[in-house]
Amino acid sequence: MSAALSFKNPEALLAYAEKVKKYRQQRTMEIRVCAGPGCIARGGREIFSAIKATIEKNKKELKKKNLEVGVKFEAKCTGCHGLCEAGPVVTFEPSKLFYSKVKIKDAEEIVEKTVLNDEIIKRLLFKSCDSRGGDLIKKYTDIRFYALQTKVALRNVGVVDPSNLDDFIAEDGFKAFVKALTEMSPDDVIEEIEKSGLRGRGGAGFSTGKKWRSAKRVKQDRVWIICNGDEGDPGAFMDRAIMEGDPYSVIEGLLIGAYALGATDGFIYVRHEYPLAVKHLQMAINTLEKAGLLGKNILGTGMTFNLKISRGGGAFVCGESSALMRSLEGKVGEPRAKYIRSVEKGLLDQPTVLNNVETFTCVPAIIDKGSSWFASIGPKSSTGTKAFSLVGKVKNTGLVEVPMGRTLREIIFDIGGGIIDDRPFKAVQTGGPSGGCLPVDKLDLPVDFDTLSRAGAMMGSGGMIVMDDRTCMVDIADYFIRFLIGESCGKCVPCREGLRQVHELLDRIIRGDGELDDLKKIDRLCHTMEVASLCALGKSAPYPVTSTIKYFRDEYMAHIEEKKCPAGVCKSLVKYDINKDCIGCLICKKQCPVDAISGENKKLHVIDQDKCIVCGICYEVCPVDTVDIISGGEIVNRRELEVVNP
Amino acid sequence: MPKDRSEKVRVTIDGRSIDAEKGKSILEVARECGIEIPSLCYHPGLESFGACRLCVVEITKPGWEGWKKLVTSCLYPVEEELIIDTRSEEVRENRSVVLDLLLARVPESDVIRQLAAEYGIHDTSYTKREDADTCIMCTICVRVCDAIGANAIATLSRGPDKYVDVPDKDACIGCLACALSCPTNAIPFEEFVNGKRKIWGREFDLVYDEISHEPIGTPEQIDHFAEKSGLPKEYFLKSDKVRKKETAVTFARVQF
Repeated sequence: MSAALSFKNPEALLAYAEKVKKYRQQRTMEIRVCAGPGCIARGGREIFSAIKATIEKNKKELKKKNLEVGVKFEAKCTGCHGLCEAGPVVTFEPSKLFYSKVKIKDAEEIVEKTVLNDEIIKRLLFKSCDSRGGDLIKKYTDIRFYALQTKVALRNVGVVDPSNLDDFIAEDGFKAFVKALTEMSPDDVIEEIEKSGLRGRGGAGFSTGKKWRSAKRVKQDRVWIICNGDEGDPGAFMDRAIMEGDPYSVIEGLLIGAYALGATDGFIYVRHEYPLAVKHLQMAINTLEKAGLLGKNILGTGMTFNLKISRGGGAFVCGESSALMRSLEGKVGEPRAKYIRSVEKGLLDQPTVLNNVETFTCVPAIIDKGSSWFASIGPKSSTGTKAFSLVGKVKNTGLVEVPMGRTLREIIFDIGGGIIDDRPFKAVQTGGPSGGCLPVDKLDLPVDFDTLSRAGAMMGSGGMIVMDDRTCMVDIADYFIRFLIGESCGKCVPCREGLRQVHELLDRIIRGDGELDDLKKIDRLCHTMEVASLCALGKSAPYPVTSTIKYFRDEYMAHIEEKKCPAGVCKSLVKYDINKDCIGCLICKKQCPVDAISGENKKLHVIDQDKCIVCGICYEVCPVDTVDIISGGEIVNRRELEVVNP
Repeated sequence: MPKDRSEKVRVTIDGRSIDAEKGKSILEVARECGIEIPSLCYHPGLESFGACRLCVVEITKPGWEGWKKLVTSCLYPVEEELIIDTRSEEVRENRSVVLDLLLARVPESDVIRQLAAEYGIHDTSYTKREDADTCIMCTICVRVCDAIGANAIATLSRGPDKYVDVPDKDACIGCLACALSCPTNAIPFEEFVNGKRKIWGREFDLVYDEISHEPIGTPEQIDHFAEKSGLPKEYFLKSDKVRKKETAVTFARVQF
């Protein structure tokens, strides 16, 4: 429809929404090409261009089939569809047909067969990874990965074209904002959010309604509202998917918050590494400023709200609220002690409300559908849904959203499809580097804020890293500590010096030089880091270590006492050997980068241990699995595979 | 006696009941009463920073049902009914670990060695830093330089690799405020080498008092202070000794 929209009042916006919806009712087919980060990397954009070009070529043909482009038929580029494992993804509406692993060269066939002739291309259908076997699934609603999800925060991601305001309006966009503006007082809005039980999705899980209320209570002329899009946990991409795929929902949440708080200025703080999120958000802001939904006299009601994007400098610690505010002020992004809360003294020492991207995205849904609807999802203390990025050794890696209170088992095995190659599950790391690793006997824990904290992990922002039996827990703990060493701001002693020393101690254990006393030293250090660090980064930095020591102590003991890495990961404790079943195929000999393998065709190959650099290439390439990993005098790669799949 | 109008709150520190001025930090109140709390990054002339974590104390309140919390005393403001323990086992434990960590960072620092010895630590239990200087990253130098208005010193990099330096050598006015306020004497400087001052890898000329021939400071320093204070430059061209003498003469004239 028209490109330069401008709404003089709320009624004009509602009337326009009706018009768009009515026009869209004529649409009989829509193709959605995923342009989430995973699919873009595999050519999602190029696939979209190729499909567009083919459509252009077949315009007449399409019209003959009653699929007039722009009226009855549309192809669009959307945000992340979630199932990154199957990308690039192309879906069809209203048939719900789901094509996976699409290539650029498939574009013509898709238009000619599926669009014009209703023919399904079998090779592009998704193969189920359910233990029952590889059935081909036509509709995405029949894929368990999708069928078991409930989408609230991700409601429009993968549905709308993030650069198209009409698309958003057609999905009831700004309906909640108009409702708040015309039917509710600012206090009504705060009460509604408080009643919904919405808790901050950024990690700490503080009640959003309470936060808004305390900021409002402070007697100050100015209140700031900030959206935290500095998602930095390794393996987490929920907020990225929302900002890239549904920027308008984030802004609508901010608008409702600004109305409730009486804020006239706001920021979205986006991490440096998300250029596409910045681009889409900026496009959305520009469009909304022209449309009379941002800036002065919003929808003719006299409300003013200016929204700006601020790009982070690439520091993980700037996701911490006080560091983020310092960074916004143009100072060094270091945290400060929070004996005075930022709702009272935040940005420029003025009351400030800072919420996470996902939290703001939930707000319009709550206002639209009501607090009791939201509160009815999940357990009483953790209401609503939560988005997770499911990564690691899980079959269906991707972006998922489930009601709070679902068990880890449901998320990892039902939605995630279980462990790659059906290997044994070992641990799941939740909450990013500040979270903890939970073992197999915690799989039936319901996932909510309080249960995870009690178990020594945390909800965090929603990263979920799944590990199988080939993951060494000491090595994983050290990985997170090394990550935090690179990201600590270096202000306070326990975090700066403590992290360095914890790494030194873990490294000794990994090298096989660890002593029993080292575990005690780690315990003591971790305690001081937890209680005496300045900010949440330092306070939670020991969790990956303390949780792995708590749940996988025997693995630490094996490293220390038997000089053995049971997972066969730690190089200093591991060697590779070729057993007598070797068929003498020469493959490993050719692939070895240091020529450490000797042997002739059809004769047993031998590894020269003095030359070997323990790179593991021979183990990977052996076609008959005759390379063994040996640690502590035992073969560690051939243990029984007991699958803990229900 | 001027009447004290400030609002008071009643706190207990190590069993002593104290009427403390509202708005002050626990550290300030304790030190005023002669209760010593160790600190490294605290400077009375600067805003509290809370980086060294040595000044931690344990707090509780009657309503907290025995629950205690470790806080940084230089930042935590006194509150009504606050019960503060500056010497509990938890406090000593965390100070010990902090000092042990600092000793690993700066094994050669006499100040840290002495403080650590007070907590029974004579050698660090952790891995010593190689080629260690004596900087503990308290950033007093950075903050003092900022307060003076020269703003020449900054922290660079982050995490364990963080360090202090003067990125733009021309910004330094050679006033020595950083070196003289450093708690661990980590900023080296040299005076009177061929009549010059050396600091942060730069050589400064020295201005001498015309009467006493004593060194006063660098020309850059004098210009900066004159500009910042709005006082005539001549004021800064006299040494303290000469200025005192002049004041004495003035007073003598007034008296007789």
